Amino acid sequence: MLPGICRSTVGAVRSVVGVSRRHFLQQSSSLGTVAPKLEDAVTNEDTFAGRALYMDAQSTTPLDPRVLDAMMPYSLAYFGNPHSRTHSYGWESEEAVEKARAQVARLIGADSREIIFTSGATESNNISVKGVGRFYKSRKKHILTTQTEHKCVLDSCRALEGEGFEVTYLPVQSNGIVDLKVFEEAIRPDTVLASVMMVNNEIGVKQPIPEMGKICRAHKVFLHTDAAQAVGKIPVDVNEMNIDLMSISGHKIYAPKGIGALYVRRRPRVRIEALQSGGGQERGMRSGTLPTPLIVGLGEACNISQKEMEYDHKRISALANRLISKVTGQISDVIQNGDPDQRYPGCVNLSFAYIEGESLLMALKSVALSSGSACTSASLEPSYVLRAIGAAEDLAHSSIRFGIGRFTTEEEIDYTAQQCISKVTALREMSPLWEMVQEGIDIKEIQWSQH
Amino acid sequence: MAATMANATRATVLKLYREILRESKKFTGYNYREYALRRTKVAFRENKSLTDEAKIKALIQEAEENLQIIKRQVVLSQLYKDPSLVIEGENAGQR
Ligand SMILES: Cc1ncc(COP(=O)(O)O)c(C=O)c1O
Repeated sequence: MLPGICRSTVGAVRSVVGVSRRHFLQQSSSLGTVAPKLEDAVTNEDTFAGRALYMDAQSTTPLDPRVLDAMMPYSLAYFGNPHSRTHSYGWESEEAVEKARAQVARLIGADSREIIFTSGATESNNISVKGVGRFYKSRKKHILTTQTEHKCVLDSCRALEGEGFEVTYLPVQSNGIVDLKVFEEAIRPDTVLASVMMVNNEIGVKQPIPEMGKICRAHKVFLHTDAAQAVGKIPVDVNEMNIDLMSISGHKIYAPKGIGALYVRRRPRVRIEALQSGGGQERGMRSGTLPTPLIVGLGEACNISQKEMEYDHKRISALANRLISKVTGQISDVIQNGDPDQRYPGCVNLSFAYIEGESLLMALKSVALSSGSACTSASLEPSYVLRAIGAAEDLAHSSIRFGIGRFTTEEEIDYTAQQCISKVTALREMSPLWEMVQEGIDIKEIQWSQH
Repeated sequence: MAATMANATRATVLKLYREILRESKKFTGYNYREYALRRTKVAFRENKSLTDEAKIKALIQEAEENLQIIKRQVVLSQLYKDPSLVIEGENAGQR
């Protein structure tokens, strides 16, 4: 009887209390066959015309037309190699690159000479973790990071573990934030680097980077922060925050994909072992010809976000509040993941109890959303970030991330909220679990049969 | 003298404002179009009672540059049309 319920609700509620992990994975493999049927039932009334709305600003952002406008000349007439020293074609490009470098530096309170252009935050994170680790490996072999970092930081740490480093992956509290006391206690005499993300890409929480900066400085540990989701959106000052290395990504701030930057402190100097051999550009830290148009785009994007930060932040906060209050006003049992205050407002991560995120995403076809990071969205694994904040397996599975950006409109928020409300209501009506909850049965008390 | 000067500035600003709005409406992409309209209105309103001549001059200059950007980007958006969104309805994307 009970296994029967289990199977019939696979699409709507995949995880139930007491079901073993292995069982759970087997269930998810049948999602492909169950979901389309379910989808028909939920979405048959809207064969919508037009393109889906974009609500996934943490995964990437559209180009700002001002950014594209600044880039165009460097894709056309001004194509010179910025490293060419013998003619004006090179000088023009070099001048554009240096202007952009100054724009990036200004946004974060750095000196131009501390900015290195890379292909994005992934590369910046790799250079920071592996480059610093390897340079100092003869003296220090311990690295401190957190369980909620981006995959590229976690995997860089794993790579170093293979080279004989020790890595501590700090847990986070249920609000998603690292406990500073735990952080300080984890520092050892041989700790070379702490790497902590400034704003989390899945749940939007802000780590206490300024406090961590003080602690790291006192213990002579370098602090690296992955600020891909923070720079251009919240005020960042590398000196006030005592940051030694910082990763920046272009496509999160309305610049193109494939460009990013790494801030590397000069005083006290941070040394890096380059990952790439070559012509020695970017002071030997990142060889390869600089992509002038992309760099000009990143510079202009930084310039715009510096000017627009206050306006954007205020507006995005208002839109986020509008979305949250509309959704929670109409649907019960909605949980907002991550600290309610220490956060970047444009990343709203909600769990809808008793339904499954995957089914909801499929039902919400007319809005481009995701359940978490783009890199893990191909797998049906629940997000490791949500698991790290201690979300119960079922809530980790029922989460949706709403990414609000500079170009999001009020109308889009209202449409998304209304769609969300109607789909969640429809899905819950089909869920036996929801029915039981309505009847007053405490589902946590049910002993599900194991088979 | 000061009054005519202020009047001249006022006319320049109003003309610029209207022209930017008119151009912005031509973006084929819903999000860019709405943003340009919204941001322009807010910016001009914010600075409505500005009296500092130098500041006004700098803002006029900036608005003129933005107008040129919008004009170029509108052309691009018409060459590579944005598909219309689910919320745009019947006459969407036909501007
Ligand atoms: C926090 C964070 N770090 C790193 C990255 C990777 O950035 P990029 O795509 O620029 O390599 C992302 C986004 O994908 C991110 O959100």
